[in-house]
Amino acid sequence: MDAAKDPGKGPAKDASSSQSPAESPQAAEAHKPAPNMPQFTREEDLHAYHEMLLIRRFEEKAGQLYGMGLIGGFCHLYIGQEAVVIGMQMASVDGDQVITGYRDHGHMLACGMDPKGVMAELTGRRGGYSRGKGGSMHMFSREKQFFGGHGIVGAQVSLGTGLAFADHYRENGKVSLTYMGDGAANQGQVYESFNMAALWKLPVVYVIENNRYAMGTSVARASAQTDFSKRGLSFGIPGEQVDGMDVRTVREAASRAIEHARSGQGPYILEMQTYRYRGHSMSDPAKYRTKDEVSKMRDEHDPIEMVRKRLLELHGVPEADLKATDAKVRETVNASAEFATNDPEPDPAELWTDILLDAHA
Amino acid sequence: MATDILMPALSPTMEEGKLAKWLKKEGDPIKSGDVLAEIETDKATMEVEAIDEGVLAKILIAEGTEGVAVNTPIAIIAGEGEDPSSVQAGGGAKPNGTGGHPAPTPDMQAEGLADKAAPAAKSGDDAPKAPAAPAVITSKADEPVMAEFPADTPMVTTTVREALRDAMAEEMRRDGDVFVMGEEVAEYQGAYKITQNLLQEFGAKRVVDTPITEHGFAGIGVGAALAGLKPIVEFMTFNFAMQAIDHIINSAAKTLYMSGGQLGCPIVFRGPNGAAARVGAQHSHDYAAWYSNVPGLKVIAPYTASDAKGLLKAAIRDPNPVIFLENEILYGQSFPVPQLDDFVLPIGKAKVHRTGSDVTIVSFAIGMTYALKAAQALAEQGIEAEVIDLRTIRPMDSETVVRSVKKTGRCITVEEGFPQSGIGAEIVARLMVDAFDYLDAPVLRITGKDVPMPYAANLEKLALPTVAEVVEAAKSVCYK
Repeated sequence: MDAAKDPGKGPAKDASSSQSPAESPQAAEAHKPAPNMPQFTREEDLHAYHEMLLIRRFEEKAGQLYGMGLIGGFCHLYIGQEAVVIGMQMASVDGDQVITGYRDHGHMLACGMDPKGVMAELTGRRGGYSRGKGGSMHMFSREKQFFGGHGIVGAQVSLGTGLAFADHYRENGKVSLTYMGDGAANQGQVYESFNMAALWKLPVVYVIENNRYAMGTSVARASAQTDFSKRGLSFGIPGEQVDGMDVRTVREAASRAIEHARSGQGPYILEMQTYRYRGHSMSDPAKYRTKDEVSKMRDEHDPIEMVRKRLLELHGVPEADLKATDAKVRETVNASAEFATNDPEPDPAELWTDILLDAHA
Repeated sequence: MATDILMPALSPTMEEGKLAKWLKKEGDPIKSGDVLAEIETDKATMEVEAIDEGVLAKILIAEGTEGVAVNTPIAIIAGEGEDPSSVQAGGGAKPNGTGGHPAPTPDMQAEGLADKAAPAAKSGDDAPKAPAAPAVITSKADEPVMAEFPADTPMVTTTVREALRDAMAEEMRRDGDVFVMGEEVAEYQGAYKITQNLLQEFGAKRVVDTPITEHGFAGIGVGAALAGLKPIVEFMTFNFAMQAIDHIINSAAKTLYMSGGQLGCPIVFRGPNGAAARVGAQHSHDYAAWYSNVPGLKVIAPYTASDAKGLLKAAIRDPNPVIFLENEILYGQSFPVPQLDDFVLPIGKAKVHRTGSDVTIVSFAIGMTYALKAAQALAEQGIEAEVIDLRTIRPMDSETVVRSVKKTGRCITVEEGFPQSGIGAEIVARLMVDAFDYLDAPVLRITGKDVPMPYAANLEKLALPTVAEVVEAAKSVCYK
């Protein structure tokens, strides 16, 4: 693909960068049978369906538990954006690191973290990934190479570049998948990181999840350059705009970007054009957009429905099979909620642990 | 009229340098802008340019001379029509007009004369003082009393600068995961020459020059540490770390707790902290109290070269984020350092630097220079002060302080930082709880004044603590 060598060109060139929700061009394109549209095998679509549905159902359950007062504080749901992280993970290999901001539940599930541990962290219980001390925005798994979960907008971009620095230092062939939103993409440290990543040819893929709203401010109102794939141009970092609602286009672009980074050519930017159905956080009434805009996206461009339709119509998967998958996912999610509700709160002694590591251990 | 060429200061804190080379010889005609000589300090090499016209009448300091104090006449330029052979040093106008005085030379320090030399140049002992050249304490009473290495260990006189460099080099030899990054650390050899020769030994992969982007490279350092490397992040000064403080606090200090103990962050943030000399409010801030406030961090602020070395090695090995606060004025100071293959000191232990029974003086870093001079002055007046060097600010070794205060019943604290919520305030609060019944007087704090650091020389002196203030406070708590 040219995109790797020629910043600003490649598949992104044809995609409109318009942010008008009514037109939703990037999603509309996805429904046209483009001749060069990457295809998934039956197994790949089944995998994507299961993984995305798990995130969707998990997040719906989290929203429910939040409403019941079982989850406190902040809770940012990933509903609508599932194709981004699943497509990325389908192109990465074990050992590649993942780091993101605070809308992180989907990334954790995509990395293979246990839904019980994630949900129990949301409810602040001892079985949570951070033993109840992190919460929604602060979870990690060294085992799954998931490095958070960061609550300061943009901070994960420098940190993710640091993960890539470590990969480069150790020459271990790993790639750091560093996610941020369209809001974080305006932070200064993002560009400091772009500069050093390009300068030192660090193996990092920057995934900008453009869900059109930074909290309650639309991209057009916050960004002078709304084509985020061009944000690395002055550092010579190639970038693409990608239909982030279609898991197939995501995976294809991800493969290209990850290969670029892994082969020693340095960083790569993917602008994932996506959409979040829910508010910024649970307390957001989302008055900055119309209900019609949201329902149009849900009805016409839902990433999970697209795969479901393909499975039924293209791959000939019996509906009963999909219902069985739905039931299995619900069961997993319900079990996580059950665990997260009944697991005890942390022992009071936990207040004083994990502040410093023992230097002599 | 003949003009003296004076030994120039290449930086606000330079006190002496080496006259490396003369590029003109006696009798040469001199034009304004001609390069006369090359001057070397431990930090840099610079050229001395002529600002006057005439003839180089006499070279007063031969090339290759080391330890030439700033403002010493090094040559004389004869004016037009003057007989170059008849000019004399001191006859010329001093180009910078400040007069100044020769800073103590290493020889003076070695003979223990530095203390006498510095006050002699002042208008009087009671006047507010700038931080004069910190003396190397050579009298027996000022030897550290806590043995941290065998008594018969050979000692090597080392500057704080060399000690820090040696600590990093030793740890980098020991552990391939240790690397240093920051502005000018590699090819330039360190803005303050702390990383001198590290690039040559360890290569560009482990001695990494960064662009001037503190926020970004601090975050990259923290990310690398979360992935298991052991970065040493050098800030050219801690003032610039303000740009990076989000990563120091939110990313480095809190992640272990927020991850339920999964992700440690073995990183050292180091660089000069606090006031240098005449660098103004934005380059003079003492951040000891700021970082001291944060759980999840360790904070070290050494005074001597030996503590700098032993504690920096400990900091690099520590699995936690460590703030290592150095001081530009101390970089060039020499102290005995034990000659041991692997000299590592414990973090979190204060040192009784001088024993005494009448009053406890608690300080750290450059504050120790005021404390020790004051102790000497007090001794001459019959008051024996016990001087404690905290060395580590967090975790703070209150035990050593409390033990001393139980003996003396009186305490004062000395720091260059601001008074409100400072390190002194913390010590006062701890003594209220742990030594209330032993106190015979209120604990007093000597601090920098509660103002942004001024630039003017006289105002800067007024803004910093003085030995006289420390002496007065000590006498006051002794009701003398």
